[in-house]
Amino acid sequence: MPQPSAFSRRRFLQLSALSSGVILAGQNTTADIRELGPWASPYGKRSRHETAVRDATGIVMQESETPQQALSGTITPSALHYERHHAGIPDINPDTHQLLIHGMVERPLTFSMADLYRMPQTCRTYFLECAGNGEHSFEVGEKTSPQKLCGLFSQSEWCGVALGSLLRETGLKPRASWLLAEGADACLLTRSIPVEQALDNVIVAYAQNGEAVRPAQGYPLRLIVPGCEGNMNVKWLRRIEVSDQPFMTREETSKYSDPLRNGTVRQFSFVMDAKSIITRPTYPMQLEKGWHEIRGVAWSGRGKVKSVEVSDDGGKSWHSADIQPPILNKSSVRFGLLWNWDGTERILTSRATDDTGYVQPSVKELIAIRGKQSLRYHNNTMISWRVQPDGLVTYLRTD
Amino acid sequence: MKAPVTVLLMCLSVQLIAQPRDMAPLDVGKPASQDLIHRWNTAIQPDGRGLPPGQGCVSEGKRLYAKQCAACHGEEGKGGVYDVLVGRLPEGSFPFATEAGHKKTIGNYWPWPTTLFDYIRRAMPFLTPGTLSDAQTYSLCAYLLHLNDLLPENACLDADKLPKIVMPAQHRFVPDNRLQTSSVR
Repeated sequence: MPQPSAFSRRRFLQLSALSSGVILAGQNTTADIRELGPWASPYGKRSRHETAVRDATGIVMQESETPQQALSGTITPSALHYERHHAGIPDINPDTHQLLIHGMVERPLTFSMADLYRMPQTCRTYFLECAGNGEHSFEVGEKTSPQKLCGLFSQSEWCGVALGSLLRETGLKPRASWLLAEGADACLLTRSIPVEQALDNVIVAYAQNGEAVRPAQGYPLRLIVPGCEGNMNVKWLRRIEVSDQPFMTREETSKYSDPLRNGTVRQFSFVMDAKSIITRPTYPMQLEKGWHEIRGVAWSGRGKVKSVEVSDDGGKSWHSADIQPPILNKSSVRFGLLWNWDGTERILTSRATDDTGYVQPSVKELIAIRGKQSLRYHNNTMISWRVQPDGLVTYLRTD
Repeated sequence: MKAPVTVLLMCLSVQLIAQPRDMAPLDVGKPASQDLIHRWNTAIQPDGRGLPPGQGCVSEGKRLYAKQCAACHGEEGKGGVYDVLVGRLPEGSFPFATEAGHKKTIGNYWPWPTTLFDYIRRAMPFLTPGTLSDAQTYSLCAYLLHLNDLLPENACLDADKLPKIVMPAQHRFVPDNRLQTSSVR
């Protein structure tokens, strides 16, 4: 049986205090011969010893997954941000790119990049999660990493112009209630968004993590719809058309909709519900006995993460994890909990609760509510890891 | 005469520095040309708004489909590498939430016929999007709806007829109700 003492907050605090007081002494300086390294460079690269990469998949490599197990903190390096493309990545010249806003507006306008830079800048940290993140959870075997289970999730600081500011320039006709956002990729991907939501902190972003939005993320302009499924965050944004009804595009009807047990299909299920995943220890880690920090990431499209709990007995008992500040709206947090592995088989699971009171469901709970095949999209169920007596950590399917 | 000057300066500073949220439009952006709006204004709405003039028929759609679509979507909309387009379910059956192996097709899942025109003209064929004419797009819609038993073999479609087709699954689509509660739905 697990001992409650396997989780110790006090132990964590003691270790932190010790590490700050270490003194280096007795070094043999005569043998310490050093070489000069390269000088400063115009654009940086990571260490040649670092190898974490995205995992590109799909019949024509239409997506790539973020290596969650290799990351720290809450900002995903732009080069490792997940990708999902529907017709490849267009090469757009920002000097000629323009954003057209028309339809039920008082003044149809085009905005150049220079126009947008003149306007007040809004910067926020938001996560992006593909609605299909976790869609293979019930097909894969035990040798599955966080990257394969939860790789269509990333987070960046986005900067740009509030969409509300642009709509103030164009004005809105009284009947305006929905708008269509269109990308400039080969398939001109489109999604409908209620005007009310478009005015609620949506950003027309030109920057990601301090520099221009990456081409794979929508260069030079991407719509950022906080807390909502990735597909709505239209990349390579070139057009917004305002109307009095949703457009019923392919991506909001035949795709990204959720068939339910009662024979209905839930449509416009924009918000990504609370979710968490332990990123360490996970497959393919090999554990040694003793103290380890169980670490992971948690988020909610409804608001702020309020708490994260961790279990090492398959959900029979739960322990509060520490959450690293800052805790931001519709933004992920890092959690951690110090844990003493005793060499027996343990089942590690995390669950997030957000500030609306929503609790991340177990696999069995969500299947009972929605149906297993419904979880092709919007699968925010708990993810479990088995620590084997030999120390190998594997993914544990719980469907 | 000092006071009026101070008042004047205060007025000037109000005009030059403003808090964005309280402001009138900044006059940033340029009036959109009718030409650009016309070229880019291609989205179709479910009531048929946006559908262009012209028409297309099942017979022409069948010829086009074999040339432009079958390589990916299979002969008659089944058995291809990519999405299955054709297939109906028995009346009252809708097993997509619970039973594995059912493919969501135009005939058993797509709620609006206008989406078909919008998506084909916008995004298909996958390697050469933008190459289909309006008449060709109407004819492909007609053929695919025919294969799904929603149009007879001699049918033709235009801006008037396409939006009137009632798709079998349309009544099943309901708006998201999750945010009304903190319970899991």
